[in-house]
Amino acid sequence: MNLTLKVWRQKNGKDKGGIESYPLSDVSPDMSFLEMLDVLNEELMKKGEDPVAFDHDCREGICGMCSLVINGQAHGPERGTTVCQLHMRHYKDGDTIYIEPWRADAFPVVKDLVVDRTAFDNVIEAGGFISVRTGSAPDANAIPIPKQNADLAMDAASCIGCGACVAACPNASAMLFVSAKVSQLSLLPQGQPERNKRVLAMVKAMDEGGFGNCTNYEECEGACPKEISVSNIARMNREYARASILGEES
Amino acid sequence: MKLDSKIPSGDMAAKWEKHKFDLKLVNPANKRKFEILVVGSGLAGASAAATLAELGYDVKCFFIQDSPRRAHSIAAQGGINAAKNYQGDGDSVYRLFYDTVKGGDYRAREANVYRLAEISVNIIDQCVAQGVPFAREYGGMLANRSFGGAQVSRTFYARGQTGQQLLLGAYSALMRQVNAGKVKLYPRTEMLDVVLVDGKARGIVTRNLIDGKIETHAGHAVALCTGGYGNAFYLSTNAKACNVTAAWRAHRRGAYFANPCYTQIHPTCIPVHGEYQSKLTLMSESLRNDGRVWVPDKAKDERAPSSIPDVERNYYLETRYPSFGNLVPRDVASRAAKKVCDEGFGVGDSGLAVYLDFADAIKRDGENTIREKYGNLFQMYERITGEDPYSTPMRIFPAVHYTMGGLWVDYNLMSTIPGLFVLGEANFSDHGANRLGASALMQGLADGYFVLPYTIGGYIAGGGLDDVTTDHDAFKEVSQEASELTKRLLSIKGSRTVDEFHRELGLLLWDNCGMSRSEEGLKAAKEKIPKIREEFWQNVIVTGAGEELNQTLEKAARVADFLEFAELMVEDALQRRESCGGHFREEFQTEDNEAKRDDDNFAHVAAWEFKGVGKESVRHKEELDFVEVPLVQRSYK
Repeated sequence: MNLTLKVWRQKNGKDKGGIESYPLSDVSPDMSFLEMLDVLNEELMKKGEDPVAFDHDCREGICGMCSLVINGQAHGPERGTTVCQLHMRHYKDGDTIYIEPWRADAFPVVKDLVVDRTAFDNVIEAGGFISVRTGSAPDANAIPIPKQNADLAMDAASCIGCGACVAACPNASAMLFVSAKVSQLSLLPQGQPERNKRVLAMVKAMDEGGFGNCTNYEECEGACPKEISVSNIARMNREYARASILGEES
Repeated sequence: MKLDSKIPSGDMAAKWEKHKFDLKLVNPANKRKFEILVVGSGLAGASAAATLAELGYDVKCFFIQDSPRRAHSIAAQGGINAAKNYQGDGDSVYRLFYDTVKGGDYRAREANVYRLAEISVNIIDQCVAQGVPFAREYGGMLANRSFGGAQVSRTFYARGQTGQQLLLGAYSALMRQVNAGKVKLYPRTEMLDVVLVDGKARGIVTRNLIDGKIETHAGHAVALCTGGYGNAFYLSTNAKACNVTAAWRAHRRGAYFANPCYTQIHPTCIPVHGEYQSKLTLMSESLRNDGRVWVPDKAKDERAPSSIPDVERNYYLETRYPSFGNLVPRDVASRAAKKVCDEGFGVGDSGLAVYLDFADAIKRDGENTIREKYGNLFQMYERITGEDPYSTPMRIFPAVHYTMGGLWVDYNLMSTIPGLFVLGEANFSDHGANRLGASALMQGLADGYFVLPYTIGGYIAGGGLDDVTTDHDAFKEVSQEASELTKRLLSIKGSRTVDEFHRELGLLLWDNCGMSRSEEGLKAAKEKIPKIREEFWQNVIVTGAGEELNQTLEKAARVADFLEFAELMVEDALQRRESCGGHFREEFQTEDNEAKRDDDNFAHVAAWEFKGVGKESVRHKEELDFVEVPLVQRSYK
């Protein structure tokens, strides 16, 4: 198939940037979306032009590196799918495809389609952990955990930290990302001692990171490649309210 | 240099305990005066950096992705082994040790493997305490499954995302230390070289991938946790950025490279579908617990798989290996798939695939049970191929997955460069010639959480580490060399892209140094590689500049290293005139086509010393003694 690609090009963080148009022919339906971009880049390089910079790594939907907005949708049209697992069989000959980076104040563009997601690391740094020193753990089966809680924790823990939730949210809110980690740890007995302190610190870091607030659009869940539920946001709100009343210590 | 593995004396079961006592300790108040540079943030790097910081050392952690959470450990699916014996099915530290030595086809160091098996139980405790959501039974206890080549259920798992969950656990421990001010992170930073002062590793040279600046960092020791070299083959299950650069440049500075010919070809991957293909996707080996592998009895059978009756199918693993069946170790399963395809029985357009069929399991357990166990894997398969594995068998083929070779290390995980430690897949020590499923996660975390934190203390307490700063001439020299390499790549302005060279190299290696190797093929490859390398340095296109985010430049530098490394890999395969584990030499096989070892001449580690590009490397030997596990022909029949 033959396509017209409209790609966001921006030399660096200071550059204003803009959309460039590239025709691309002979695209196979079995290619992944990123393989299609590889082909474009090979062509550009052979013409002596600068290839399109984009983030990617594992190309199997788990590292969370890839981060493209395709025709206005974070990770493209397929539900529960990262860009790297999106295949060209979902497009047809003659299509025009717009490709842009994540758009959020908290994720500044580094170059072309590459953004800086350090703000996510800062949130985890603030409290997304259980304080346990290496070697000080009790036997693993000394902490029984009901299967349903373990499963809910795993649902939340499957977040890949890609940032699609932020990119999809009209407010650029990071509530789905932050709440997934808060939920995972508050659902587990190991997470109880730091439960209040954690949610307060993580929400504070989230606010300082320049993310917007949640106004229940639920676009985040729709864009999430791991289909993480917005019920985690509700749980985080409860956790936050509880911690605000009880204070850090209990 | 004589290779001293520094294996402690005494009974196997007491060696590690004794060694921990013999290692000198660093005074707790002094630890903060020592700076450790950790390169890589995967399971080994993140766990090492976090633990060293907890102990009080000052740690800097460097990685090429934007966040430590994205290291390729994240992609491991199946599970992590531990000798907990929670199932009461006869497991023990000794059995895990025995299985790993045997599974590695008797080419691993016994003492290291025993320590690994011993530590495995601590890893699970540690991870659970961090909040890793392992699968559980209804009573709240941890669930286990049996996995690739094991007859006991010792594998702990978190759905099909075990690597992700373990890495996020290590990442959280790391971020806690960042919060405490004990670790400084260097994201999007690539190590280009190691700096030696008075023969000891005292720092590294890096390139900041955002602005292209070449920077230097000094420390008291360096830990490389930079993964394996599977991407030498271009197509592999590795992430795109996985590379050999850090390990190779350390090798060029004097670290011996051990057993580079040992690569693992994983049997259950999605087959290649086109020339533009950029990577291969693994389907977890756990699928072999319920899926049955087969090919049609008739070559080029065009019928849909479901309309081929059972009697006209060849369940070749079950027939050939009745006691292990579909669960034979990876090397055995991969070779068997290659054999049936070479004989013309392969399926799919290319004829390079076999069926992995769940029809019987779905009939037996119901679709819901299968969905619960493998749902995410089935979904991944469907996305990539457009076919529904609940109704039609998957098509699978082996692909390069893991590399057992790596920088040579002694029992303390120290390379032949004093002060340069190597952890995880980047070292060579624990898996021999073939790695068993669910053992990579175990080794990465064992090295990082429970081995290095002790052994590095012994090294530092040994003294002789005067303060060195980056003003030292050695730093200037090495960083100058790194800058020149970048300039040279940018000045070529040729007509072939980096990927074109990489694909050419990869295909050459796959054909001649892949699942089966012959003297003839290896010699042809050995002749061809320098020619590709030569052309690369005259004709590669690297666009853009050095002082900016330049992904082409990053790739070019990595491929340049693969082009040097590949020659060593082929040479090692050529010199190892036996078949063992993942290294199958066609000249050395039994009558029924199994790998035939030569223990009299090759029960050793080959550790290579660099002598210059295009010059013959020197092959050193570390003899392997098998005291506990008697050397026998591996059989899974």
